[in-house]
Amino acid sequence: MSDPEIPAGTQMVKITLRDALRDAMAEEMRRDPSVFLMGEEVAQYQGAYKVSRGLLDEFGPERVVDTPITEHGFAGLGVGAAMAGLKPIVEFMTWNFGMQAIDQIINSAAKTLYMSGGQIKSSIVFRGPNGAASRVAAQHSQDYSSWYSHVPGLIVIAPYDAADAKGLLKAAIRNPNPVVFLEHEMLYGVEFEIPDVADWVVPIGKAKIRRVGADVTITAHSRMVGLALKAAEQLAEEGIDAEVIDLRTLRPLDTGAIIESVKKTNRIVTVEEGWGQSGVGAEICARVTDEAFDYLDAPPTRVHQVDAPLAYAANLEALALPSVDKILDAVKAVTYR
Amino acid sequence: MLIRRFEERAGQLYGMGLIGGFCHLYIGQEAVVVGMQAALKDGDQVITAYRDHGHMLAAGMEANGVMAELTGRRDGYSKGKGGSMHMFSIEKAFYGGHGIVGAQVSLGTGLAFANKYRKDGKVCLTYFGDGAANQGQVYESFNMAALWKLPVIYIVENNQYAMGTAITRSSSETHLYKRGVSFNIPGEEVDGMDVVAVRQAGKRAVERARAGEGPYLLEMKTYRYRGHSMSDPAKYRTKEEVDDIKAKSDPIELVKKMLIDGGHADEAQLKEIDREIRGVVSESATFAQESPEPDPSELMTDIYIDA
Repeated sequence: MSDPEIPAGTQMVKITLRDALRDAMAEEMRRDPSVFLMGEEVAQYQGAYKVSRGLLDEFGPERVVDTPITEHGFAGLGVGAAMAGLKPIVEFMTWNFGMQAIDQIINSAAKTLYMSGGQIKSSIVFRGPNGAASRVAAQHSQDYSSWYSHVPGLIVIAPYDAADAKGLLKAAIRNPNPVVFLEHEMLYGVEFEIPDVADWVVPIGKAKIRRVGADVTITAHSRMVGLALKAAEQLAEEGIDAEVIDLRTLRPLDTGAIIESVKKTNRIVTVEEGWGQSGVGAEICARVTDEAFDYLDAPPTRVHQVDAPLAYAANLEALALPSVDKILDAVKAVTYR
Repeated sequence: MLIRRFEERAGQLYGMGLIGGFCHLYIGQEAVVVGMQAALKDGDQVITAYRDHGHMLAAGMEANGVMAELTGRRDGYSKGKGGSMHMFSIEKAFYGGHGIVGAQVSLGTGLAFANKYRKDGKVCLTYFGDGAANQGQVYESFNMAALWKLPVIYIVENNQYAMGTAITRSSSETHLYKRGVSFNIPGEEVDGMDVVAVRQAGKRAVERARAGEGPYLLEMKTYRYRGHSMSDPAKYRTKEEVDDIKAKSDPIELVKKMLIDGGHADEAQLKEIDREIRGVVSESATFAQESPEPDPSELMTDIYIDA
């Protein structure tokens, strides 16, 4: 389908998601000298996942800062630098390690604007890979989408493709508020098409309809968007026309786009990689029940990780995580097939 | 003196139910912030934890605004949305006012990081207590500050009790100025009841940091006369212990004696200063009671800045 965000006739180029993120940071660092990157292995090692490749050479060690392994400390240091007016990008090697720093993200970054009566701002981006990679077991496989999207004062973004990763990261760096930017390790090496324009910025807070459909709404974010799109293709073969909404931003959540879609399809399946309880899907289902109850022809239904720590064994891992088959089952349940 | 009288009055207002929640008074520790502030230049930053009223007044913030924040009114420094533990003034370079023990140490290190990044010659004073000295992020911050030679002075206000736990029960090394040793941060113990000693030590540390030689650790030996917070009767120490400190090393009495003995002021002049200060504090108490509560519309403001 054509994309209304991309001007007609725009040239598209192929790029991996990892390089799109790198380009976003480099462009913003060129644009604004107060932007700097800090984290473990971001400089000399070029990033644990090579997301910051080339940045040290271009910007030097004062703006691309290797930190000790000290998440709580460098996250707090980053927030302090932001309070002083700099615009830090704090990379966590994974969001799993970022949990050591959750106090500074929530208590210092998210709340101080309010607690200071609007005086102290924290324009800062916390970013890194989130969610389950492959066979790395429970401590390295957690999805923090619902954790951070619970918190007023934070903006939470979880892109799926390279165009959104680049455009939303640029928007996040420019945003005056603290942003939690959730990437996905399994997508870093995937090539996507991206519009070849000078300053590609995607607005925060807007969902994107990835596939237009009439029979059922499927919401997803991050890697789950790919699964939802595959499921939609298979459903089409069976005569079910699914609309796939990529949430892109989890806070503020684009409730309007979801409600509008549900009013058309009368059915919704939410997909997320994290656990179900108090999850993103639970929130969406609550909002849909609040605002579009009379339009529903089936109970809002969630697809999510099973309620257990993620296992190492290949078969158990696959059983735990959402899959195309699980999405197909959920859609068939709400369409009574 | 302003801090002493302000805190006495805040204690009274708390007793009258006009100040809610937690309220941690600074009485007894005044020489620390007064001496350190005298070592600073305009623009140098200050950050501390929740026993913060003294730091704010020393930084030049208005008694009216601080007291009105304590009573949760719209003319308070945080419009009534922060309270005792959360006040800020960009104008006076006071960055809070933080309620999570130890968090301000990483934040202060970040303020110093920004100073170095901008090469603006500013220094950040980062205060914490003997209780916070056992938090992990304090040492994560020490390490980065020393590694990157950040212009930050760490000031441990050792009032000898982390809430109700005496330092001997909480710390394997009670000489807290030594806590920087493994990070190559020099430290020294200072008589935190003696404002002149504090200022001298502060000046040396600040000049050193401003010259690019990195962080410094000052352990201020001090004492808080009141409980940890207003709800603490302080039964973990004897009345004799407190009375002894008050009699022998009260920071204000020490200054008075110094001024009179040195012929810098006489009893009458000091009484006049006390009278003026009582006037300022009294006015702030009236101001804080007359200022209206925040408008209900403030509930949902200051959550995000419009992009």
